[in-house]
Amino acid sequence: MDLSFNAEERAFQDEVRGFIAKNLTEEMKRATALTPSVFSDPDIGMAWQRALHKQGWGAPGWPVEYGGPDWTPAQRWIFETESARAGVPNVNVMGVKMVGPVIIGFGSPEQKNFYLPRILSGEDYWCQGYSEPGSGSDLSSLKTRAVRDGDDYIINGTKIWTTHAHHASRMFALVRTSDGPRQQDGISFILIDMKTPGITTRPILTIGGDHEVNQVFFDDVRVPVANRVGDEDKGWTYGKYLLEFERGSGIASAKLREGLKAIADLAESDLTGRAIDSPDIATRISEVEVDIDALEMTELRVLSALQTGQNPGAVSSILKLRNSEIRQAVTRLGADVIGHDALAVEPMRPLYKLNREPATPEEMLTVVPEYLNGRAYTIFGGTSEIQRDIIAKMMLGI
Amino acid sequence: MDLNLSDEQRLLRESAERFVAESYDADHRRKMANDPLGFSPDVWTQFAELGWLALPIPEEFDGLGGGAVEIGILMEAFGRGLVSEPYVATVVLGAALIERCGSTAQKQASLPKIADGSLKLALAHSERAARFDLAKVATAANKTARGWRLAGSKIAVLDGHAADEIIVSAHIHDHRGPSGRIGLFLVPATAPSLSITDYPRLGGGRACNIELPDVHVPEDALLGDGRDALPAIEWAIDRAMAALGAEAVGIMQTLLETTLEYTKIRKQFGRPLSANQVIRHRLADMAMQVDEARSMALRAALKADSTPIERARAASGAKAKIGKCARFVGEQSIQLHGGMGVTEELEVGAYFKRLVAFDTLFGGSAHHYARHARLGRASVPA
Repeated sequence: MDLSFNAEERAFQDEVRGFIAKNLTEEMKRATALTPSVFSDPDIGMAWQRALHKQGWGAPGWPVEYGGPDWTPAQRWIFETESARAGVPNVNVMGVKMVGPVIIGFGSPEQKNFYLPRILSGEDYWCQGYSEPGSGSDLSSLKTRAVRDGDDYIINGTKIWTTHAHHASRMFALVRTSDGPRQQDGISFILIDMKTPGITTRPILTIGGDHEVNQVFFDDVRVPVANRVGDEDKGWTYGKYLLEFERGSGIASAKLREGLKAIADLAESDLTGRAIDSPDIATRISEVEVDIDALEMTELRVLSALQTGQNPGAVSSILKLRNSEIRQAVTRLGADVIGHDALAVEPMRPLYKLNREPATPEEMLTVVPEYLNGRAYTIFGGTSEIQRDIIAKMMLGI
Repeated sequence: MDLNLSDEQRLLRESAERFVAESYDADHRRKMANDPLGFSPDVWTQFAELGWLALPIPEEFDGLGGGAVEIGILMEAFGRGLVSEPYVATVVLGAALIERCGSTAQKQASLPKIADGSLKLALAHSERAARFDLAKVATAANKTARGWRLAGSKIAVLDGHAADEIIVSAHIHDHRGPSGRIGLFLVPATAPSLSITDYPRLGGGRACNIELPDVHVPEDALLGDGRDALPAIEWAIDRAMAALGAEAVGIMQTLLETTLEYTKIRKQFGRPLSANQVIRHRLADMAMQVDEARSMALRAALKADSTPIERARAASGAKAKIGKCARFVGEQSIQLHGGMGVTEELEVGAYFKRLVAFDTLFGGSAHHYARHARLGRASVPA
């Protein structure tokens, strides 16, 4: 057992650091630091995706034949950790980490040839059409319907909480194609061009002041049957496969550590009257840091198991739960650390394009919006309650 | 980077788990709870035969040269059966301090005997007025013509009643008064005027208070050359906390499994308790906290030989976090067993009490989060 990196891994770490130093501009870095929402603005995120793609690192988790870099789990760990440390923008995870693996796993050769290169290059920007107003945690009760008409499906219904639908060129969606005996039967996984007539997008503003999510309406939207991934009525299987990627593929601890470091730096600064000198704040910082240490070790244990071909199983739900809870603890701590400055609201977005003096120091601008937006972490991607159901069922057999 | 067990480590885990499963059951534990010694000398001999007493001792002193990770593997298995042998006192604390502070002659005199099971040790460091502050030692060591005179009182000495020799920490005084250095003295349990008052320890095993009203020991009772032993004491106790953390993980795992089984069998309102979502979610939280505790114990073991600050932060972080998880898992195990959980008829209470003892020993969660915080801001990496 060894926590340290071997010579090859250290060399790779240097390579990643070198790449980031060369490609991450000050502008991208500042824009990322001043983004209080979960996802970076596409102009920032996709600029980073293009740089990664040029290097051959556009899709770390993909098999090499589809353009993946063929990294070991340890290399992925190093890449994610160095990226978090440097503060690189988020790329379009709905493309690279969500629909990409599903197309690779279940798509036709034509779909692979068409879509995968466009995800890698950043030409396409994807959004996820899963939740509906009546189908949140009970996702498989979804009602958006696709009816066969020759070589097309005609889609009617609505999707909600669609992150960046207003930026996206494509959506992958779960739609109902038949009514089976179980509600999970009769769902299909379909790829939709967002420019198709009949699609309208309504913005939903969230409590942190950001426009990140939307409701999307489908009125007689015609989508070729060729855009269905895998078999008709079998979409639930593919959709669940994707959710496991969404929950478990992330290496979250490095980002949490950077988030906490920013808060700890504020607590040590005169800007907060040295909040750290309050024993309560100092102890809470340690409590959160220790929670991050525990999550990091669990992530490393999972990675080590993956390296020997073991399956981590329901641990992806543990990682999702802990990541979301710790993220909330970090942002809650942040809102407490900045004291009275938490009262100031800055409505302008994006914050990095703010062209006047803000009411609070710039390093505090994202703190309260992050706390408010952060409430969503334990809701999206399957609520904490659903994750506990999964842990009880898959790990404990009850 | 690799956190998979090596073949040797896997074998160690299997043999330890097998031994505990075969030798430790509820009857044995009840017998030990009422035993004046609190553990079985036969089991201790078997530990020696299995090589476990030699595990962390360097090979040149008849040991196996294992590290904190191997100790953790063993301790986790011990936790599964609530093992009450004085392993931490003798091997994790005693042997480690002699190895770190002792002269070659002192190591040669003690370590092979620890390895073969013929020497048991205890560390007498804590004092009532010091609470959990390891640097606060009022017990005094004054130089005499023939050696040292030790005077003071120690509390919460793990397994001191069973020790052949007791490692006593004392503030070294010279002709000007306190020197600012702490010394460690190897004192025979039979030393004249030394008095031991032992008591059953919460959760199994025994501990004692020790009075040293002018106990005379020879010059070579002092371990090493008399330089300040505080860094060594901190080092050894950090390692002990990692080891005890692993033991706590084993205890929690057993409680989780026992409680899970119970909620599947126990029926109320015509269905098993586990059919209720509130119960399932509680068990999911327990499973999650056991897993977090496991990660932290492993982390503390892997960092046991890091720089002092990194080691200490990992140990305090683990102690604090595992303590918090232990209280939750222990208290919820009782809660989910209902009225039966608070009786001595089930063993849930015994396992819970050992967890409470773990959380208390060397300072609880609040103490260790505070230590973690104190050590933290000086060491933020660039």
